[in-house]
Amino acid sequence: METGKRNYYLEIADNAHILSHRLAENCSRGPFLEEDLACTNVALDLIGLAESVYNEIAKQLEGNISGDDVAYRRDEIDYRNCLLTEQPNDDFAHLMTRQFFMDTYHYYIFTELSVSSDTFLSALANKSLKEVTYHLKRSSEWMIRFGNGTKESSERAQAAINRLWRYTDELFTSDESYSDLIGTGVYPDQDKLKKSWMQKVDEVFFLAQLRKPENKGFQLHGGKSGRHSEHMGYILSEMQFLPNKYPDATW
Amino acid sequence: MSTTVNSSNERAQDGADQGPLWEVFIQSKPGLAFKHAGSVHAYDKEMAIENARDVYTRRNEGTNLWLVPSNEIVAVSASENASFFEPASDKIYRHPTFYNLPEGVKQM
Repeated sequence: METGKRNYYLEIADNAHILSHRLAENCSRGPFLEEDLACTNVALDLIGLAESVYNEIAKQLEGNISGDDVAYRRDEIDYRNCLLTEQPNDDFAHLMTRQFFMDTYHYYIFTELSVSSDTFLSALANKSLKEVTYHLKRSSEWMIRFGNGTKESSERAQAAINRLWRYTDELFTSDESYSDLIGTGVYPDQDKLKKSWMQKVDEVFFLAQLRKPENKGFQLHGGKSGRHSEHMGYILSEMQFLPNKYPDATW
Repeated sequence: MSTTVNSSNERAQDGADQGPLWEVFIQSKPGLAFKHAGSVHAYDKEMAIENARDVYTRRNEGTNLWLVPSNEIVAVSASENASFFEPASDKIYRHPTFYNLPEGVKQM
């Protein structure tokens, strides 16, 4: 498996995996039962998505390794998820804003990948599109509800946007190793993706009477190339505890 | 460890702020009657449908959903129960069981 392709597969899987972990952390801590279940459902959809990519990577890599090995036995620098996905949970508006940004991203990237020349990615995208369409419907409705709800809900949503916006540009950057994929029909056009993403975000913000932060040019990058924020180590130590302690546990 | 949604947790515990109650009716196959399945909390129609989907139809239980605000449902109060229903119990002649069916009639 070529490095660029492997890294790109890992990026898709790690984005879903780490975001799923953040949502799972919120399990039993949702604002009320129905919402708690709904968030956990989304986490399950995402871990399912990640699992199928990890298994495919294991299949395409040489040597006797499993999807679990790919998912859990890597060092921090080898995880390629965007910084946005690893940002810790705060209040519910913060959790849902992170989700809205990622759902919008997933919706458009899978729309693009559904016609990818890579048969695995196009099959994955076609299968995932139904799920992420629903995720996006839910999180965009929440944004509109926050914005038009009470003064407090609108302020909390705006504060979350102001804090998380700095991680959004990274979604549309490419790691150096992807250069071989560009122009092959495997890899979607990042500018087009960014345009669609921005259009949807603008539309929802307009309906929600929310706005982008003033210093929107301030952006952080690095996750896709393995340079993570300080939160990533804590996620991995929790997530990898079991495979580290009981390396070949089965159940 | 993760931080939690503390402020909303506290509110959820006293039962307030979950939104009004909605009754969920599931249609298991196209053409069949909708059956009452339970209830969910939600603040608006969209949220009610989505919550019902996430709580009640995760395992292929349905092909469609109806959501009805619980306070819009008109029901017989428990105190009126006797006057509403008991008079029917001793009028067995209201059941069509005293007719002899002609031979040859099927599907009755």
